[in-house]
Amino acid sequence: MPESNRGFSAYFRRDLLLAYRRRGEVASPVIFFVMVATLIPLGVTPEPDSLKEMAPGIIWVMALLATLLSAEGLFVSDYKDGSLEQLLISPNLLVMPIFGKVTAHWITTGLPLTLASPLIALMLSLPSVAYLPMMAGLALGTGCLSFLAAIGAALTVSLQKGSLLLTLIVMPLYMPVIIFGSAVVQYSIDGMAWSGPLAILGAMLTAAIALCPLAIAAVLRLTTIN
Amino acid sequence: MNWTWFYRMGSPLWFYQSTSRWLPLLSLITLALLTAGLAWGLGFAPEDAKQGNSFRIIYLHVPASFLALAGYFLMAIAGAIGLIWKMKLSYIVMKCAAPIGAALTFLALFTGAVWGKPTWGSYWVWDARITSMLILLFLYFGVLALQYAFNSQEAGNKASAVLALVGTVNIPIIYKSVDWWFTLHQPSTIKLTSAPSMHPDMFQPLLVMILGFYCFYALALILAVRVEILKRESKTAWVRELVEQLGRQKMGVKQ
Amino acid sequence: MINDACLTLNDGEILQIEGPNGSGKTTLLRILTTALQPSGGEILYQGQILSECRFDYLSNILFLGHQSALKLTLTAEENLSWITSELPGSISVLNALERVGLRGYSDIPCHSLSAGQQRRVALARLLLSNAKIWFLDEPFAALDGQGVKFVEQCMERHVNGGGAVMLTTHQPIGMESVRRYSLVDSSDGEALDA
Repeated sequence: MPESNRGFSAYFRRDLLLAYRRRGEVASPVIFFVMVATLIPLGVTPEPDSLKEMAPGIIWVMALLATLLSAEGLFVSDYKDGSLEQLLISPNLLVMPIFGKVTAHWITTGLPLTLASPLIALMLSLPSVAYLPMMAGLALGTGCLSFLAAIGAALTVSLQKGSLLLTLIVMPLYMPVIIFGSAVVQYSIDGMAWSGPLAILGAMLTAAIALCPLAIAAVLRLTTIN
Repeated sequence: MNWTWFYRMGSPLWFYQSTSRWLPLLSLITLALLTAGLAWGLGFAPEDAKQGNSFRIIYLHVPASFLALAGYFLMAIAGAIGLIWKMKLSYIVMKCAAPIGAALTFLALFTGAVWGKPTWGSYWVWDARITSMLILLFLYFGVLALQYAFNSQEAGNKASAVLALVGTVNIPIIYKSVDWWFTLHQPSTIKLTSAPSMHPDMFQPLLVMILGFYCFYALALILAVRVEILKRESKTAWVRELVEQLGRQKMGVKQ
Repeated sequence: MINDACLTLNDGEILQIEGPNGSGKTTLLRILTTALQPSGGEILYQGQILSECRFDYLSNILFLGHQSALKLTLTAEENLSWITSELPGSISVLNALERVGLRGYSDIPCHSLSAGQQRRVALARLLLSNAKIWFLDEPFAALDGQGVKFVEQCMERHVNGGGAVMLTTHQPIGMESVRRYSLVDSSDGEALDA
């Protein structure tokens, strides 16, 4: 079998195709994102000034929750229909298919979230100067979130009540991302150089790309076939 | 190099027998250190200039925080040894270290809250240390939950070990991020753990308490591991013999 | 648990692993395909330890398990071409589907196919694979007489061409020259050397 077809692009393309075939399901995290963001004004206050202060944090928490919602299915269907086992016995490195799958996940979750975020920013009275920094931060940050969620997805793939456990496991790992992500937005509102926290997000994403697939591969090999 | 000593350490029977020998001594030392430290710190150390007597809670809070963090690393290292050398005993240590560490983290948070009330008027304050400790507690919860979620003991061990290692890699990142976050949003007056210039009279009992807590951790861990060993090896000959021996002793006392 | 299993598989032979339910047949196959790590023992491929020739070995095996490894939202043709790295629309995939009796079903999503038809799509891999060693876990399960014959013919053709097959099954196989290896069902059982 040709080597290249078993690696990143094969799994990337296939997962995108599968997501496209189930596009109704796949769209729900983004819709969740937008809908829940409207709960905050309803539940707290519609005052623009108060909303403006909370907006960076709310947007990030919502993005986090939406990513967690969709992360569960990353490996479950492969586990159930035997594709995961075929993946494990493939001669090629396991990290490349994993990288492909997580990137596909980001394209179907993180990217739509990033593109939908101006809508929510509008509803939460975020100053317009913050829109671009927010999107830049979300783009990089949701990448990190996808990789970290994938670790949780791999750990819980063979479990029954996987989703709750996944959230529990991954939440502490998300805290640095949310700290720096909302800082990007906050800095831009306050007129400070937001490239600083953004660079840190970029560094986190780079580290995640390098290290998470290794951890995920180890987890898949050790815990899924019993 | 002869590695048999290393592999011998991995035998549950060896562990059980050798700890039986020096467990009493360890218990005595722990008790001595803890009582001395507590008496000294709570009773005899001088009062703090600013906080009065309420600062004394640090004699519980600081050792607990140290051990909470050290315990996580120990758990992760035990997990790593189990993954690399496939040592059952190592996995048992990891499994037992998790609830002990989580309890100590909770103790640290609780004593922090107790400290906060008289000092800053509120039980909970979002300072960098406390927040990091809270996240550490969540990391512990994750490992604990994962342990018990799997049907297969082996898969659960491996999953927890990998998660503990992932958490270990993240702990410096988390601590640094929270520190940074705190300086970003710092409310002006709160500085919870500035104790660089502690008077020696206050510092010495603290040292004793820290040592005492380390011994306590070791004691608690060893006791827990012994019980777990007995549970897992319950079908082997040596455990059955041990149980019969204990039974005979009890019968002897009754008659 | 399997203790002390020792077996060899040579070119051109079919090895049947037999044993009652729970004796570890699937586990044995999984260990041999490296999906599962054994607690001890070695696998040798063409005289070399597995860790030295891992890529060669894994490039030359095919595993068909209980699950079909098909993506149900993809069509039969898409599934097969992805699994075998063929380009979509390739003749060999369509031919293979025809030979398993699914002519005209190539562009239907697999969730619309019956369980038996899905199984046949999975079996079509046998016609498309270049792998030398086949590991088949209960290949005859839920197949009708025609299906059983198809699998037997595939196996025969494969071993006549120099390949090897290891399969697990309860049922007796209606083929000559099949070696048998029995896993006795108990944790202290002795395994017989075939």
